[in-house]
Amino acid sequence: MRKLLFALAAPVGAFVLTIIISSIALWMFGSNPFSAYGDMLGHAAKLETQVDILNRATPLYISAVAAAIGFRMNLFNIGVEGQYLFAFLIAAQVGSLVVLPQVFHILLIMTVAVLVGAAYAGIAGVLKVTRGVNEVISTIMLNAIAITGLIALLQQRWQADQENFTSTTLGTNPIPESGLIPNINGIVEIFTRDIGQGKQLTGMLIVAILVGLAYHFLLTRMRFGFDLRASGANPFAARAGGIPPKRMVVAAMVLSGAAAGLIGLVELNEKAKFSPNPIKGLGFAGIAVALLGRNNPGGMVFAALLFAFLDVSAGILQNTQAATKEIVNIMQGIVLLVAVIAYGVTARIQSREEAKATAEALRATEGMEVAT
Amino acid sequence: MTAAIELIGITKRFPGVIANDDVNLTVEKGEIHAICGENGAGKSTLMKILYGMQPADEGRMLVNGEEVNFSTPNDAIDRGIGMVHQHFMLADQLTVLENIILGAEPTNGGVIKFKEAEAHLAKVAADYGLTIDPNDMIESLEVGERQRVEIIKVLYRGAEILILDEPTAVLVPQEVEALFDNMRELKAAGSTIIFIDHKLDEVLEISDSITVLRHGKTVASMPNEGVTAHDLAELMVGSELPTPETSESTVTSTVALDVREVTVADEDGRNVVENINFQIHKGEILGIAGVEGNGQSELIDAIIGTADIRQGAMSLLGTDISNMSVRKRRELGIAYVPEDRHVEGLMLDAPLWENAALGHQTQSPYGSRWLINRDGARTQTELIKEEFDVRTPNIDVSAHALSGGNQQKLIIGRELTSNPSLLIAAHPTRGIDVGAQAAVWEQIRTARANGLATLLISADLDELIGLSDTIVVMLRGRLVARLAPEDVTPRDLGAYMTGAATQNSDEAA
Ligand SMILES: Nc1ncnc2c1ncn2[C@@H]1O[C@H](COP(=O)(O)OP(=O)(O)OP(=O)(O)O)[C@@H](O)[C@H]1O
Ligand SMILES: [Mg+2]
Repeated sequence: MRKLLFALAAPVGAFVLTIIISSIALWMFGSNPFSAYGDMLGHAAKLETQVDILNRATPLYISAVAAAIGFRMNLFNIGVEGQYLFAFLIAAQVGSLVVLPQVFHILLIMTVAVLVGAAYAGIAGVLKVTRGVNEVISTIMLNAIAITGLIALLQQRWQADQENFTSTTLGTNPIPESGLIPNINGIVEIFTRDIGQGKQLTGMLIVAILVGLAYHFLLTRMRFGFDLRASGANPFAARAGGIPPKRMVVAAMVLSGAAAGLIGLVELNEKAKFSPNPIKGLGFAGIAVALLGRNNPGGMVFAALLFAFLDVSAGILQNTQAATKEIVNIMQGIVLLVAVIAYGVTARIQSREEAKATAEALRATEGMEVAT
Repeated sequence: MTAAIELIGITKRFPGVIANDDVNLTVEKGEIHAICGENGAGKSTLMKILYGMQPADEGRMLVNGEEVNFSTPNDAIDRGIGMVHQHFMLADQLTVLENIILGAEPTNGGVIKFKEAEAHLAKVAADYGLTIDPNDMIESLEVGERQRVEIIKVLYRGAEILILDEPTAVLVPQEVEALFDNMRELKAAGSTIIFIDHKLDEVLEISDSITVLRHGKTVASMPNEGVTAHDLAELMVGSELPTPETSESTVTSTVALDVREVTVADEDGRNVVENINFQIHKGEILGIAGVEGNGQSELIDAIIGTADIRQGAMSLLGTDISNMSVRKRRELGIAYVPEDRHVEGLMLDAPLWENAALGHQTQSPYGSRWLINRDGARTQTELIKEEFDVRTPNIDVSAHALSGGNQQKLIIGRELTSNPSLLIAAHPTRGIDVGAQAAVWEQIRTARANGLATLLISADLDELIGLSDTIVVMLRGRLVARLAPEDVTPRDLGAYMTGAATQNSDEAA
């Protein structure tokens, strides 16, 4: 009971504090915080908005897992951004070239995406172990190379309609129906009313859940996950304990990139192609979500949902003119900062409380050995 | 005269443990005051409180008769208190001078006034009779010298009361003598010194008064006169003072570790281990004596597999291990107690059971090639806790919550319970109290009787002589002498270690 209380103290405290600070921010921008919150919540209460939130949370969560795999061993894969966009483009192109039975077609696209993400991240891993290049620097450069170089180039070559393109025909050739993961509206509609406004709940949600479960299993049950965490906790002890440091760096980068490769599939399934203006920034947002969720598979679920909720609220705030839409980014920043502080504070209080409880227990059984 | 330090009723609780329970301590001005007690007795905790690193839950502190309340070490430094930790906190790539002024640089509009700092340092060093070259790189210094830098750093900031936590644990006997000379100089110059030590003869040699802690309580505080090591051991653990003596030999004719003409180079390509040959048989303990920095660490790294060899070959029970990965070697039965538990030994922020699994996670009962066996690992950790007397409320606490000696016991337990065929033990009882030390020796001897081959490195020459079946001396990367422990004294050993005595090379090989 007490334990639960402490586990909740940090998030709840952070939440309250975030609301207070955000209200001040809103008020300073000349908006009424209450009407803004009211609009956000009212909007989120609608089934269709919830679908939007889940559709947004899905890639955010996968992206967070990708970042967290690196963080667990103190590797900063800043390159999730480039990895997912590059994987997205290649997977979309490959998917558009073939027609296969649905299961194989989908698996082919996924495999390509995962392999491209893994390989592209692997470059940074290999550079680190062979040339000693810091992965932050190499992944930032690889981002630039992917986004402004490779993607721009290939996109031009693979332009769907080279002669007379209009804005709607831009991007790669559309992927045939057989390559797309169907939406899972049906599953939701068992429990609720029908989803309207043509909204589709992405089938990638299921993939994201599987990714989360796999990540959890990796960390807590698998030897590789143990090696990963040990390398992060103390690289010297890990090495003396038989964990090959170089191989771990490459493996962690590859695994992180593999997860990153899946991010773009959410949009791929929605648009059936790589559009000229894909959703960007998911890689960087994933880092924030991983931080907020403390690299924990469960924690990152909540963090991804919160960020998605705020992202989706931007539109309604603008529509109702309750506040400027940039306020949601400010709120995301605030929640992150506040959470980091709140975790630190509650950890301290908890340790003090436990110590006091011990002392009381010991006083009750006076005469027992004390320092054992 | 008012006391330099007076601690009254200090109480400090941690989750599951009362580290200090109503402790009283009085340290007179200008004395050397020793604090003794078994592992986990609360010595380091008390010192951290005095140094402002941790707040006490209850109690008062008086410094030179004035009530004080420290919330950070800076408050303590302002009051003239300085502390040297067991784990040095120096930056390797900086010079002595840079390290000493680090954190308290005298500046002039943002520019560090090196000249002024150097002059001040020279004055401090002269006042206290400590010699050091301010321009030496820290990485080029030996352990004893690094410790001197730490002490000077504290004096540089104006400390008159020094706290030294287990200063002798990392030193060889000659360095201990040098440290004690320095401590006497400091005392003569008016400083007060509080120090923690597990070696009772050292305590008796240097201290003026002694306070003994047990289970977080003060059990005795007395002047040095008339106290014997026997009395101290009795007060600390309530038992006789043990001596490390090997029982009858259990050396067999089967070679466990065979090291042939092994040469190891450092990063600059210099040979730090040169053409070394030796064998360790099953049931044998081979002790390597040597002043730190003569290639022992590199030799160990080569055997464990964290360093490559340039030439030569090594085999374990007939299997060539020269190019095997660390993990393969571990799985083959090489157990390893590293010289510094915080560097290669533990994940300080991970729970004890994960620490117990480290190095053995691919093997039963901790795990397998693919999976970790949580239940198996936890059961095994409970067993280590019982058998090696690791004092902890439970096996889920982080390793950093254990006292230094208990961390060491956990590592010894983890390695010895892994059923090894070769144990590489660097300073296995470093930081372990006299009672637990006897238990560890006993454990090593039992394993030896069951056929364990052991490579032992220890700065504690009594331990080395007492445990080893054979002793070799390492000097500048070579084995220069081979001695029988029966007819060698610590003094003889010291002479070989520094090169003052020599054996002709056939005998050594
Ligand atoms: N940060 C911490 N969190 C929880 N428990 C702690 C912490 N620091 C110390 N303890 C506990 O307090 C007790 C006293 O520890 P302390 O380090 O003071 O012992 P010590 O006398 O210095 O022992 P040693 O001789 O082994 O160094 C131990 O039981 C230890 O487990
Ligand atoms: Mg201690």
